[in-house]
Amino acid sequence: MLQKTYENIDSIGRAILSIKAQGVHNKELAEVIYPNGQKAFAQVIALDGDEVTLQLFGGGFGVSTDCKVRFLGKPIQVGFSDDMLGRVYSGNGQPIDKGPELMSDMVRVAGPSINPVKRLIPKDMIRTGVPMIDVFNTLVRSQKIPIFAKAGEPYNRLLANIATQTDADVIIIGGVGLKYDEFHYFRQRIEEAGSKNKTIMFIHTHRDSIVEGLMVPDLALAVAEQFALQGKNVFVLLSDMTQWSDYLRQVANAQDQIPANQGYPGDLYSQLASRYEKAADIDGAGSLTILGVTTMDDVTHPVPDNTGYITEGQFYMKDGYLELFGSLSRLKQQVNDRTRPDHRSIMNAMARLLSEAEERVKAQKFGSVKDDYSLRLLEYRKTFQRELMDPFRYLELEDALDLCWDILAQHFKKEEVGLSSKLIEAYWPEKGKFKILKEMIHE
Amino acid sequence: MHKAKGEVVSVNESLVGVRTTDGAIMNGEVAYIIVEDGKRLKSEVIDVKEGNRAYLQVFEDTNWMKVGDPVEFTGLPLAVKLGPGILGSVTDGLQNPLYELGKIEWFLERGLEVDPLDNTQKWHFTPMVEEGAAVTGSTVLGSVPEKLFEHKIFVPFSIQGNHTVTHIVKEGDYTVDEPIATIQDSTGKSVELTMAFEWPVKRPMPFTERSVPIKPMPTGIRILDALFPIAYGGTACNPGPFGAGKTVLQHSLARHSQADVVIIAACGERAGEAVEVFKDFPELIDPRTGKSLMDRTYIVGNTSSMPVAAREASVYMATTVGEYYRKQGLNVLILADSTSRWAQALRETSGRKEEIPGPEAFPMYISTLISAFYDRAGVEILGDGNTGSLSIIGTVSPAGGNFDEPVTQATLLSTGAFWGLSRALSDARKYPAIDRIDSNSKYPSQLEQEEVTYLLELLRDGKTIASNIILMGEKGITDESYIRYQKAELLDAVFLQQNSFHEVDGVTHPERLRLMFNMIQEIIDTPVDIKGKEEIRSHFNFIRQAFLDWNYMKPDEEGFDKQKTKLLNLLKQMGHVAENV
Repeated sequence: MLQKTYENIDSIGRAILSIKAQGVHNKELAEVIYPNGQKAFAQVIALDGDEVTLQLFGGGFGVSTDCKVRFLGKPIQVGFSDDMLGRVYSGNGQPIDKGPELMSDMVRVAGPSINPVKRLIPKDMIRTGVPMIDVFNTLVRSQKIPIFAKAGEPYNRLLANIATQTDADVIIIGGVGLKYDEFHYFRQRIEEAGSKNKTIMFIHTHRDSIVEGLMVPDLALAVAEQFALQGKNVFVLLSDMTQWSDYLRQVANAQDQIPANQGYPGDLYSQLASRYEKAADIDGAGSLTILGVTTMDDVTHPVPDNTGYITEGQFYMKDGYLELFGSLSRLKQQVNDRTRPDHRSIMNAMARLLSEAEERVKAQKFGSVKDDYSLRLLEYRKTFQRELMDPFRYLELEDALDLCWDILAQHFKKEEVGLSSKLIEAYWPEKGKFKILKEMIHE
Repeated sequence: MHKAKGEVVSVNESLVGVRTTDGAIMNGEVAYIIVEDGKRLKSEVIDVKEGNRAYLQVFEDTNWMKVGDPVEFTGLPLAVKLGPGILGSVTDGLQNPLYELGKIEWFLERGLEVDPLDNTQKWHFTPMVEEGAAVTGSTVLGSVPEKLFEHKIFVPFSIQGNHTVTHIVKEGDYTVDEPIATIQDSTGKSVELTMAFEWPVKRPMPFTERSVPIKPMPTGIRILDALFPIAYGGTACNPGPFGAGKTVLQHSLARHSQADVVIIAACGERAGEAVEVFKDFPELIDPRTGKSLMDRTYIVGNTSSMPVAAREASVYMATTVGEYYRKQGLNVLILADSTSRWAQALRETSGRKEEIPGPEAFPMYISTLISAFYDRAGVEILGDGNTGSLSIIGTVSPAGGNFDEPVTQATLLSTGAFWGLSRALSDARKYPAIDRIDSNSKYPSQLEQEEVTYLLELLRDGKTIASNIILMGEKGITDESYIRYQKAELLDAVFLQQNSFHEVDGVTHPERLRLMFNMIQEIIDTPVDIKGKEEIRSHFNFIRQAFLDWNYMKPDEEGFDKQKTKLLNLLKQMGHVAENV
């Protein structure tokens, strides 16, 4: 196919370029050729008559009106091959680990979504060893779920923990706007866990252009999808999707789009959805699980808000703890009835009592908590926090469930916990017979 | 009308500008854009400018489209095909059957169109009119058995004026596309009819005669049936922040509501949740019919990652199908999840068209569209004197959980029942987390009005006392108030809360609702004269335990009556304590 080169650039913005050209396709890949012969990639994002708008992967800085644009006659693609395992790539798919460039099968990026009838109902629990997840918000294979956290929380540590403590066949890390030390951290953790040869990284750091950052989830997910179609269970880690949304806002703004909430583009929801919906348990193939990070100040911010409506729950991290309230796994009901008969009931009972305790915390501030029951609730809350909420304490699910019973028995009478008599008979620990919890000595 | 032809002049995501070279353009008509590989991308005219410029919203991905691509206009509005075979099916927002598409590809490749109704299946048609009979639009020509119902075959609703049947087939097996009758108007013009016809999705079907929704529709969810009911033909809205339990509530309504036909419109929602329904339902048996739940269900699965323009169409498609089954004399329930995503789709398109935005960047006309949508619900008195109803329960997902935003506000003005979901209740695992104080309904309950008032009063008292406890501590309030508070808490725990995932507790039929209410009333009315907060709480804990154990028992189960007696004895004991004191 003849690749035509055009020279009449009309405008250059932070991440956008427009030029007059004919016969150009929507979403076509193009090269910007600098006067010195250097090249940078761009993608067509809008057409109006002979006016073509392109997104510049390298950003607009340094692009001049005497640059040329060559349309490449193909859409954005990414390589796919087993040789990619263990490798690190940039947001435009170039190797950044000093390894060789990959000439392999090319697959399309941001392809259509999977037909819902080709999805299976998620059914396999992913054991993470984190009690707040395994007991209270069980993670399920093929789930899409973010960690909601303020900047500064150890969310990447948790992300890496979950990924490396479970049995994925392939781990794909998509880093958007990572600080260099975060990139280094992921790399180190993966190596320590011995998972390097089943991991691929697509990394965009702060020094790279924002359009490259925008591409990272698409590259990561396109490759992940291919592995899943081959029957592999794939884990995709995306950090951080708030950064990604901010890049989306910058580009939309540069295009003079009419903004919706807080300047984000009106299609923020659809944009996030088309990425997260790649998560699936595919009938007759493997699965794709997405664990992301959404940094935020509070959940009403447009990014976590829209994310929450797409993802199947969220893990909410605050002050280094995994919170019970605010965290949610929508798929937990698919699996927690097959773990242990008491799992669902104790999960609910513990939560109900904790929420009752939270009410007492409020009351305590008015100095009005003096009765025995309220004081016991407050003690219960302390034990709960100490024993269960640390995201870095490792416990097998069964031990964590036993621990829950111990905690209940330590603080409450049988009839106070709202559990069925059948379960209480089967699991209530007899006095002095706690399995996990060391009994506190009260004076 | 002469169908127009044209070519693409601009592409901006799903909004495509077309210059016509020939023919007239109609706002709302369907057009196909033919892209380089020959695929035909379905779209709809949403704006006409300068006489020969059409703006299309494309229902598919516009990748690889280019200026100059040819466009074919159809002259016909976006329509849904109506006839036997809809029940039990799962389609996308444009009525493409997803299982059929699934036979072709794993992915939803663009440009695929599959006949919405299976045209190989034969239906056993029994004619009900004879040659020479006078008919007009919506006259019943005959019927075929479809799953649980006798599906009436109508003269298409769009046919106007008197016609005469000049030919009708004999009783026998026919496909939806085979001609079954020919009718002729007074000028001698003939029309050949099949068992299916089309209706434009955005045009409400006219009511034969309309009546007011007053008959409660049991949902199996106690807090709704008792306190905030919906009626056959009524509308309800169900807003709440994410994580407050909308999905579980919707699934429960879909399973247990006593409607003849349930239509689930997953517009812009998570695919995983839609899948759960259409993979689960075929396995579940509807206790009322003994047949698969899917037999009375139709699912529009236009999920969040599907092209956004089709999301807008999906809500209308579900409603049109609902209106059609209402004309069959059935009680239809539409669960639309979520109307906010639908509104967001409108916002996206409006933004691309560079319309001047209203509040929160939604288009100015959003409230008009929302009220017109809910107005399609209602009770219809049909020609034969029977009634059919269409009820709509719309889920709203307000940004930031803020109920003041325009979509929630417009929905509140358009619906008859408001089920506000509360984050505080869901945090406390008090499901369904429907706000006990801030929800309301204008429809009649299964309980008497004074009984509803009686329960709401207790709940309000309970809330007031609870806030006093926070301020002054348990010691700061009287034993009498504390007992009242415990009664409200008990009502909440054993009556308003319900475990959707439990086989027995998950659904409560009207008889049991009555039985439970009577027990609750007995507890509330039994005077308790216990002293001391610890003592009082302990008593109510025992009652709660006994009540919950009873809630989980089937009425025909051994021990059901025993547990009920145990509960009553506990109540008597309370009286006993009172005597001793």
